[in-house]
Amino acid sequence: MEEIADKGIQVVVGLAIFTAIIGLIMLVVDRAPKSGREKIQVAAFLAPALVLLAVGLVFPALQTSYLSLTNRDGDFVGLENFAWLFTQPEALVTLRNTLIWVVLVPLLASSIGLAYAVFIDRARGEKALKALVFMPMAISFVGAGVIWRFVYAYKGAGQDQIGLLNQILVWLGQEPRQFLLDAPANTFFLIAVMIWIQTGFAMVVLSAAIKGIPTEIVEAARLDGASAWQQFRNVTIPTIRGSLIVVVTTITIGTLKVFDIVRTMTAGQYETSVVANEMYTQAFRAGEPGRGAALALVLFLMVLPVVVYNARLLRKQKEIR
Amino acid sequence: MSTVPVENRKDLLPEVKDDATQGRSTQQKRVKQKLTSRRATAAAIIIAVIWTIPTFGLLVSSFRPEANIKGNGWWNVLTDRQFTLENYADVLSPGGSQSPNLLSYFVNSLAIVIPGTIFTLVLGSMAAYMFAWGRFRGKDGLFIFVFALQIVPLQMALIPLLQLFTKVLAIGDFQLLPSGTYAQLWVAHTIFGLPLAIFLLHNFIAEIPGEVIEAARVDGAGHSTIFWRIIVPLATPALASFGIFQFLWLWNDLLVALVFSGGGADVAPITQRLAELQGSRGGEWQRLTAGAFVSIVVPLAVFFGLQRYFVRGLLAGGLKG
Repeated sequence: MEEIADKGIQVVVGLAIFTAIIGLIMLVVDRAPKSGREKIQVAAFLAPALVLLAVGLVFPALQTSYLSLTNRDGDFVGLENFAWLFTQPEALVTLRNTLIWVVLVPLLASSIGLAYAVFIDRARGEKALKALVFMPMAISFVGAGVIWRFVYAYKGAGQDQIGLLNQILVWLGQEPRQFLLDAPANTFFLIAVMIWIQTGFAMVVLSAAIKGIPTEIVEAARLDGASAWQQFRNVTIPTIRGSLIVVVTTITIGTLKVFDIVRTMTAGQYETSVVANEMYTQAFRAGEPGRGAALALVLFLMVLPVVVYNARLLRKQKEIR
Repeated sequence: MSTVPVENRKDLLPEVKDDATQGRSTQQKRVKQKLTSRRATAAAIIIAVIWTIPTFGLLVSSFRPEANIKGNGWWNVLTDRQFTLENYADVLSPGGSQSPNLLSYFVNSLAIVIPGTIFTLVLGSMAAYMFAWGRFRGKDGLFIFVFALQIVPLQMALIPLLQLFTKVLAIGDFQLLPSGTYAQLWVAHTIFGLPLAIFLLHNFIAEIPGEVIEAARVDGAGHSTIFWRIIVPLATPALASFGIFQFLWLWNDLLVALVFSGGGADVAPITQRLAELQGSRGGEWQRLTAGAFVSIVVPLAVFFGLQRYFVRGLLAGGLKG
């Protein structure tokens, strides 16, 4: 009980300090001198966020970029780490896996999410059906790791299986398998976990977009005798295109950064590592911060095209406005 | 008549070939539509079942006695109905270093997540307001830059940030953000949450009618008045929905916790403890199943309790098509 009270006090003090800081900023804003008032106010509102971002994100990222050109002793080695990354078999496996992840997860999560959203649109019990698929979104990757390791759990042939998937294999007359150990299939079993989590996100966003389609358009298409598939192709998809792009890019970025699933389920062993996990392994476990930083940079370069695309879209929207 | 591609012409109703439908009676059409919708419903139910079974299996298992969990599959509860709360009692109780002691970690999670969410919301919305309604040079460029920061992988920032907290922001033994407390985690989470917070909240706040803000300006209201009296109340749906998201993300975080918490029962969140249990006691399913459920009960409660609000707000603001 005492322990909990101590923790509570810490939280209250933290919140009080934060409130004081914000109060101070507002005081500055209100008392700003007439000349240059707008500038001071703008600066005061933006400063906390921008300072935090500069100190906590921009500067560290630059520092990491430099690190990628150094070896484990901190000496400058040029592009050696990148040479390692693109020639050594274990690093190449990591890159290959990341590509598989980033193709499969956005594609399948968005497709299944979209299909599901269309199927249950205006169906009976729509809300409950939605909640079931969306629920994994609320579960941590660590929790999801436990859930799926239990599904994949393995016992030798002849024993009672405790993992559902192996039990299904046994019912079908097959030998039980070590799903997480046998490469290269194990990567796909990890990917399934990510798809399981992300589909709900895609489904909720796309379902809302579908509901936003003006009823007149749907009615008109129906009166013209469009089949369900034609309606989907020619009305639904074009109208929700914007949301679809947002969903795919968001999931893509999330997939490239994914780390917890691989970390907790296989720790990147058995040829399942991905860039984000290998970066952690190299930088924090293997004592190779240079290699870790190089991996971070590669990750950055992989996400860059997605973000540039998103940013352009954003700019276009702003111009329209 | 031919089919008009509507890709870029949302204003046009799609024209659909109607020769196919001519001569087909309405009744036939109705039958066909019913069949399609029945097939769709069946597909939806299959997806829903696949998405739900893994979690359900874990939940059932968490109430089974240890010997049963390890001995046979959870589906055997159909014939062998033995249930117990012992697993939960075991993982929650503070019984020495061998015990999972999850109650302490549970409190830590709350103490990390609540301030972390509030800080991000306040600072993020202040910056978002200025990006939407402030007048200063380089606004768009800066905004795009902040948006682009979303892709900087967490791993890239962690080590420099940790050094900053422990070495730079310290005078002698005094640390501005002392390690062994929640402060470092609050600040780190705030930093990493800001780019997305600013982006999503900006999208919502920019939609607020300009006349409302102009009117307040004409009446002589400064930025602080406009922000707290107009922006915050009107942006409540977006704040609430992003707040829920941020809450879930922080609750489910593993990586930031690994770096900044030190790992003890004083500070570390429940996800970190669960990951530890997976690593060291990977076969102790009676603890893992119950532990996983203790860790996901809060996000699930948040999710089911606030689902409507959260979906609606987010879609209105951020993810518009």
